[in-house]
Amino acid sequence: MREGSVAVIGDKDSVLVFKAIGVDVYPVDGEIQAREKVHALARTYSVILVTEQVAKWAEMYIARYSARPYPVIVPIPSAEGSQGLGEARIKANVEKAIGADILFDKEDK
Amino acid sequence: MAKLNVNPTRMELRRLKNRLKTATRGHKLLKDKSDEMIRRFMLYIRENKRLREEVEKELQGSLKAFMLARAVSNDASIEEALALPGTKVKLETSSKSIMSVEVPVFQITQAEQSELYPYSFASMTGELDGAISSLSGLLPKILKLAEVEKTCNMLADEIEKNRRRVNALEYVMIPQLEETIKYITMKLDENERGATVRLMKVKSMINQ
Repeated sequence: MREGSVAVIGDKDSVLVFKAIGVDVYPVDGEIQAREKVHALARTYSVILVTEQVAKWAEMYIARYSARPYPVIVPIPSAEGSQGLGEARIKANVEKAIGADILFDKEDK
Repeated sequence: MAKLNVNPTRMELRRLKNRLKTATRGHKLLKDKSDEMIRRFMLYIRENKRLREEVEKELQGSLKAFMLARAVSNDASIEEALALPGTKVKLETSSKSIMSVEVPVFQITQAEQSELYPYSFASMTGELDGAISSLSGLLPKILKLAEVEKTCNMLADEIEKNRRRVNALEYVMIPQLEETIKYITMKLDENERGATVRLMKVKSMINQ
């Protein structure tokens, strides 16, 4: 058992409100800044929430941590709404594991 | 399928037969592992999908409420109101093993749940209260989603890796070994027949 904390990275509009509930907030507004933040926080936080835009910007850095249990980096929708990245990730996982997308198929029928 | 480049001797044959036995057993075990991992993965991915949909919907609600609050009051006062949060999210993190894949597990131990609203109600709009309270209720779900999604991600990677191993054994290693064993057996049999024929020939020459 180890102590861990939660951080959120994203544009100011989307992340500021997280501050009130006790999550550490790191507003960024640019690709380079986003990458640096993800890289810098990955060692200190166990859960990092990133807006979908940041997830896209820092894709390479996030992929680097995918093989380890921590940190857990999760994309969340921003204030402008969801771009479907989370769903796309689930889909990709299903396809990778099973070879065909059986979860989303079922609902279309 | 190409056979391995080995000398057709009895010793080599014995060695290859042992390897084939190991490979077949390994293949069976890995296949079972793959089946079980996929079963577990299906359980998690269903939950993942459900949580993801719920979180996205509810989070957007909270963020919209917050946007409204920002529209009503000015930026500086909102930032001031949120500058010193009264609570801090703390997690207890550990990991568990699902089919020998290390996945994260964590629990919220919200230490000082003293004050959710770090400002006076008189100075802020009601929209902000709403945004904060709904987000605070949503946080456990977001963290659960984080846990489940990471688990799915890691399981998917592992399943793919495992499938490569199974396929390599099934379609490359085992056929290759079988082919080579067949080649050696045939070669040895041929030698034996050759020896018999030679002996018979020698015997008939002596008898003449």
